[in-house]
Amino acid sequence: MTTDTAPVPTTEPTRPTVAVRHLLAQIGRYTFLCAILGFFALPLLWLATAPFDDTPTVTASLPRFTLDNFRALLDNPYALSSLLNSVYLAAGTAALVVTFAALAAYALSRVRVPGRDALLYGLLLLSSIVTGTATMVPLFELAFRLNLIDSRLGVILILSGGLLPAAIFILKDFMDSTPTSYEESARVFGASPLQIMRHIVVPLVRPGLATVGVWAVANVWGNFLVPFLLLRGPDKAPAAVIMYTLYTEGGQADLRLLSTFSLLYSLPVALMFVFVSSRYGFRFHGGIKR
Amino acid sequence: MVQVTSPPDEVVEGARPVTGASPAPAPDAAGLGRARATGFLVPALVLILVFLVVPAAWTIYLGVTNYRLTGLAAAHPEVVGLDNYTQALGDERFRTSLLLTLQFVLGSAVIGQAGLGFAIAFALRDRRGPLRRVVEGFVLLSWILPSSVVAFLWIALLDRDAGTLNALLGIPGTAWLLDHPMLSIIVFNTWRGTAFSMMLYAAALENVPRSHLETARLAGASTWQQLRDVVFPRIRGHVLTNLLLISLWTFNDFAPFLITAGGPEQRSEILPVYVYKVALSGGELGFGAAISFIMLLINLVIALVYLRMLGRRKEPA
Amino acid sequence: MSAKPRRAAGVLAALTAVALAATACGGSDEPAGKDAKNITLTISANSIVGGKNSAGAEWIEKWVIPKFVEAQKAKGVTAKVTFQASGVDDEQYKTKLALDMRSKGGADVIAVDGIWVGEFVQAGYLKPLSEVAGNQVDSWEGWSQIPETVQGLGSFENKRYGIPLGTDGRVLYYNKKLFARAGLPADWQPKSWQEILDAGTKLKALPGVTPIQINAGTAMGEATSMQGALPLLVGAGGEIYKDGKWSGATQPVKDMLDFYTKVYGGGLGDPKLQQEAKGRDKSFAEFAAGKIGILAEGDYFWRSVVNPKDGIAKMADRDTTVGYAMIPAKQPGAGIRGQDFVSMSGGGVRVLNPNSKFPSQAWELLSFMASAEAVKAELAGAARITARTDVNKEVLAADPMLNFVAEKVLPLTAYRPPLAVYPQVSVALQEATAAAASGKSADEAAAAYQKKVEGFVGGPGNVTS
Repeated sequence: MTTDTAPVPTTEPTRPTVAVRHLLAQIGRYTFLCAILGFFALPLLWLATAPFDDTPTVTASLPRFTLDNFRALLDNPYALSSLLNSVYLAAGTAALVVTFAALAAYALSRVRVPGRDALLYGLLLLSSIVTGTATMVPLFELAFRLNLIDSRLGVILILSGGLLPAAIFILKDFMDSTPTSYEESARVFGASPLQIMRHIVVPLVRPGLATVGVWAVANVWGNFLVPFLLLRGPDKAPAAVIMYTLYTEGGQADLRLLSTFSLLYSLPVALMFVFVSSRYGFRFHGGIKR
Repeated sequence: MVQVTSPPDEVVEGARPVTGASPAPAPDAAGLGRARATGFLVPALVLILVFLVVPAAWTIYLGVTNYRLTGLAAAHPEVVGLDNYTQALGDERFRTSLLLTLQFVLGSAVIGQAGLGFAIAFALRDRRGPLRRVVEGFVLLSWILPSSVVAFLWIALLDRDAGTLNALLGIPGTAWLLDHPMLSIIVFNTWRGTAFSMMLYAAALENVPRSHLETARLAGASTWQQLRDVVFPRIRGHVLTNLLLISLWTFNDFAPFLITAGGPEQRSEILPVYVYKVALSGGELGFGAAISFIMLLINLVIALVYLRMLGRRKEPA
Repeated sequence: MSAKPRRAAGVLAALTAVALAATACGGSDEPAGKDAKNITLTISANSIVGGKNSAGAEWIEKWVIPKFVEAQKAKGVTAKVTFQASGVDDEQYKTKLALDMRSKGGADVIAVDGIWVGEFVQAGYLKPLSEVAGNQVDSWEGWSQIPETVQGLGSFENKRYGIPLGTDGRVLYYNKKLFARAGLPADWQPKSWQEILDAGTKLKALPGVTPIQINAGTAMGEATSMQGALPLLVGAGGEIYKDGKWSGATQPVKDMLDFYTKVYGGGLGDPKLQQEAKGRDKSFAEFAAGKIGILAEGDYFWRSVVNPKDGIAKMADRDTTVGYAMIPAKQPGAGIRGQDFVSMSGGGVRVLNPNSKFPSQAWELLSFMASAEAVKAELAGAARITARTDVNKEVLAADPMLNFVAEKVLPLTAYRPPLAVYPQVSVALQEATAAAASGKSADEAAAAYQKKVEGFVGGPGNVTS
């Protein structure tokens, strides 16, 4: 027995140390994850309680349960239709961004274009200007000249223009990390580039497309300024704009309506995220890098 | 202990010269050809040209005028050359705002989002199942909810008299948003944007072979040493992309306005908020456009710094 | 990267020049489409059913539009009138209006804040009413019912651009119960700033009570200027804009700031509250809860905040507990125009869009909305100071406070200059009050303020000091 262990006296003492350290690391890891969970869940608490409270305050507390707030919100003529408007804008923009970005990213990934990275980053920088307040006059004038005032298409096109550079940037790296061997063999069998794109590349980068789609939807869903400036009248206004109308003349928030609407306004994106992530996966497959 | 981790690292470096997921793709595998590649690019480029480059160029032009939306300068805008730029650079409010913005980017993007995002991804790297899904779900939820909603959630959380945080900590009356406005918006933006970094690093960590981490761990390397010597060299490219994007997004993030409105007394007035106040509340669109362009240049500088620090990924360690 | 934007900028400059040239040669002498049988008109206001100022939106949709369409039908005209509801921040609403009018679009009848009229006129977005809709404007019956001062809200450089909706006035509210406990009279009327401070000192003895709430700082925004800085400024005999010059670090500005240092430096006010994003809401709630002794506010506070019926900080005993007094000048006779008491007023205006396709009918709609019948329908039983004297006589009789404002305060009141730089000067003023409230001396705060104002208005030549 003792003779068996004789050859390894030097490593034996370290084994328990490693095990203990491993255990400590595990404990530390779970503590950390619990803290993270708390940190990320805590602010959301209010959204879960206030809409059901008959007199909501800013404190998240066990509500005196009521559904009256939802009833009151249904009396608002624009609340529900605004959500539908948001769906139009978000779906349109996401479809455009995902399609165009995928095509462009694929081309950029497979064919060498000189100065490609510089171009992409230059566009990315410009997109940061265009989302700012200072661009509202050019954006408005542009939409006016193209006859896109009070048109959902105008909002979709402008938002797409702003989101495309980052979408291409992200998707290009997805495309880079997919193997090209399938494409080569498909090409041997006479498939056209669009067919290759549809039947081979898209399935491979599907999580990436889903991620970019969700990202685009979330961006449009929260955008106030562009739809506010370009659309006329509340019939076309998306939820982001209607959300701002739930204040009184003096600027006070109507907490009952605001909390309830916040919940309804958040649910579609949350549900979409759950759906997309369970159906297509929601991650950066292989990651994006330069 | 320190030296043990080096050998396996070098072995790998020799075996797979390219860090990251896969070798660079062979050029033009699908037989796209220049013409068709251009065809693939055109829809996106047209949209970008018309709805991004044109308004951006227009904004840059506005930056050399005294343009306003109302009043006499709206009827007769004049080109004022670089006046807006000299005025901005000489303005203490602008300089303070720039410093606050850099603090905001460093605190909430580089340290907050990237740091926390990596930590979460690393802690979850070999987990599957409900714990991972719940943690990721909450982190991602805070990323996709509309900013007007999350801003209100944070106002409710941090309220001086009735906020949930003070109620939990038992310190009613602590005015987080007044006494620590920058800290408040930095923590807020960390909460808001960590998801992107988490997802990116989660994917990046899949490129780090588990056997190498295991080897390093059994050899007694501390977590920090594993990170530095085994993980980081393999995800250097991802770190770069991540920092580039989140710094850019954070630098131009307007959401803090919805929480502190830049206050109290401009102590959380980051540049996007400053531009909003100048251009929309003050009506000075020309001046606001000039500041936007300065912001673009600063973003460019930040990007170049990152590229210099992390760009040459094939250099030996 | 640098070459491309520059070329694009050149093209854009050319485009802009063409656009400007095109805007220069518009306008016509005769109201177009005067005899049209089919008309479409649009009304725009910053109100929305179910949201901001819901009652006003409902009035337009359910009362104005049907009645107007009916009246047109009787004349054989088919009218289609739509309402463009908004309900957002005033600044954002203003931006959208300016963008619309800049591109020759926008609604036909537009509700604006009276203070925007001047800047819109200067930008070329508005034209005098009689130029847009012809002679019928001057013969409107309503003008005789609207006092000159109130008409001023819709005028710029002695020309009428719109019809005022109503006006308001600022007073000092006080809590009579707290006053009784502090040994102060129930019918309080201070005659100088010192008397306000003296009352504050007595109130300070009450535990848990903030003696005085005078809005300060930028978080309260325009509420600081209207309820704090400007009434004090006119009380010290100063005007923010006079004879083409803006007020710099003048003695009245310093006096005003000195009052802030006395209130907030002397422990008579809560400086923290001034910084909070929701500070004004909180001041309302605290006053309603009996925690604030004296509060400077407009009649809005009485109508919509502490209103026992539908206020946002209801006070069931408002009529017995809440007292109100005129805002005194620094000393008797020290106010503008040698007044003993002062106030500030503002109010909304409805204007005609000069680009309207049916300007004549748009005027009909506009004047109909300002008729006595329509104004009474808009009030729907509630009391508010409207632009029309005949309506006020009827509806204000029931409300002694609003009557007090109409009879005693409005004759003394002053208005803000309707110029494009005013919002910036106002912010500078707010920043100065913030500095004074947080301990800087009045001189220091005034000097910093003057420097900022010089930057906005084109140098020291346009500033008095």
